[in-house]
Amino acid sequence: MSSNKETFGKTVGFVTAVCLVCAALVSISAIQLKPLQVANKLLDQQTKILEASGLLAKTDGSSKDIKATYAKFVEAKMIDLDSGEFIEGNPDLFDERSNSRDAKKSEKPKNDIAGINRRSHDAVVYLVRNENNVVETVVLPIVGSGLWDLMYGYVGLESDLNTVRSVVYSDHKETPGLGAEVVNPKWKALWPGKKIYNSAGEVKASLVKGGAKANDIHGVDALSGATLTSNGVTRTLQFWFGEEGYAPFIAKYRAGGVN
Amino acid sequence: MSSDSKKVLTQPIVDNNPIALQVLGICSALAVTSSMANALVMTIAVVLVTAFSNLFISIIRNHIPSSVRIIVQMAIIASLVIVVDQVLKAFSYQLSKELSVYIGLIITNCIVMGRAEAFAMKEKPGVSFWDGIGNGLGYGAILIIVAFFRELLGFGTFFGIEVLPLIQNGGWYQGNGLLVLPFSSFFIIGLVIWGVRQWKPEQVEKD
Repeated sequence: MSSNKETFGKTVGFVTAVCLVCAALVSISAIQLKPLQVANKLLDQQTKILEASGLLAKTDGSSKDIKATYAKFVEAKMIDLDSGEFIEGNPDLFDERSNSRDAKKSEKPKNDIAGINRRSHDAVVYLVRNENNVVETVVLPIVGSGLWDLMYGYVGLESDLNTVRSVVYSDHKETPGLGAEVVNPKWKALWPGKKIYNSAGEVKASLVKGGAKANDIHGVDALSGATLTSNGVTRTLQFWFGEEGYAPFIAKYRAGGVN
Repeated sequence: MSSDSKKVLTQPIVDNNPIALQVLGICSALAVTSSMANALVMTIAVVLVTAFSNLFISIIRNHIPSSVRIIVQMAIIASLVIVVDQVLKAFSYQLSKELSVYIGLIITNCIVMGRAEAFAMKEKPGVSFWDGIGNGLGYGAILIIVAFFRELLGFGTFFGIEVLPLIQNGGWYQGNGLLVLPFSSFFIIGLVIWGVRQWKPEQVEKD
């Protein structure tokens, strides 16, 4: 047996067989588990959007209730970032990460303070209504560089499109215990009620090193030991609420409200 | 279970521990030990991959041409790791998000490859399977010890449950920032190795 297992033909045949079996195993598991994985991802996204709108606390936390609440109150709509207008399009098919790598669907920002390199032309905004069908919260996705990598999150704004309801990071790779404290509930609790813009319309929301003063309506305590992450969050907010971000959309809909 | 199987199952946990004695698999032991939950999931993943890669390689050991044996072993190990990764993504999305690349890096874990080459290529499938489980558990035991200290002293928690209330959450404990960072595992692994060799002096290498 050992004498003839080393022939060229046998070796090639054996390796081919092993590869085919392995490939079949991998493909079957990938295809069989795909629906579960997609469902997990969607549920995670819906959970974060509900958290940003303040509705998550009103659900019982089960995946069924989260899906039902999301379906009942949240409406996703596409906007054109430059004009700020709502546009046609299926928000379920929108993928910011693939768009921002596609030269046709994105552009280089003139002033890329958030360090995102390319910004998609379009964006999805989430309108969250109350029982009376009035838009109570608008959830805007944000992305910007932290210390290690891009940080993805959502900002929930009240219907005046200026007062923050919450800031929720959904995906980041910051240092545990330091920058990763952006997901600490105590830090997130500092955000509600802060104003993004001052009366002159400038973006003033920021993280303040050494701690924000009690009467500061724009500032939130920076994360201790995580200056670069804190700067990243501040710049992300400045970018996304500035002219190249949601400012045209916000200016358009602040007066009349979003419906 | 025969006495042989029992021996290969229990020996790697203390007497022939892959991390403490053979000093293999240190790289991933640094990265995934910041919390108990991560360490536990990583342990389960490595136990499964080592056990099944040993089993499958042992089944076909007499047919593997020796000129391409490492490639064949890698193909089997890589396939198993991808399957584990897919299963984790489907059933435990939060943990797979945290462990992300480290599950994929099980492929490069020297313990898996080491057991395949050193044990499964020579021994029968049954005993190879138990050897894989034993070595996975030996790796996991160290991981869990390291994670216990890192999570407790770094974050003040045990499996996410608050034990020492942190100052930033209104408590009294100042989290140890060093233990939060991956390289601090070197200190803990070093202390564990020292402890084991005090207890079992026959593990000390001769000069």
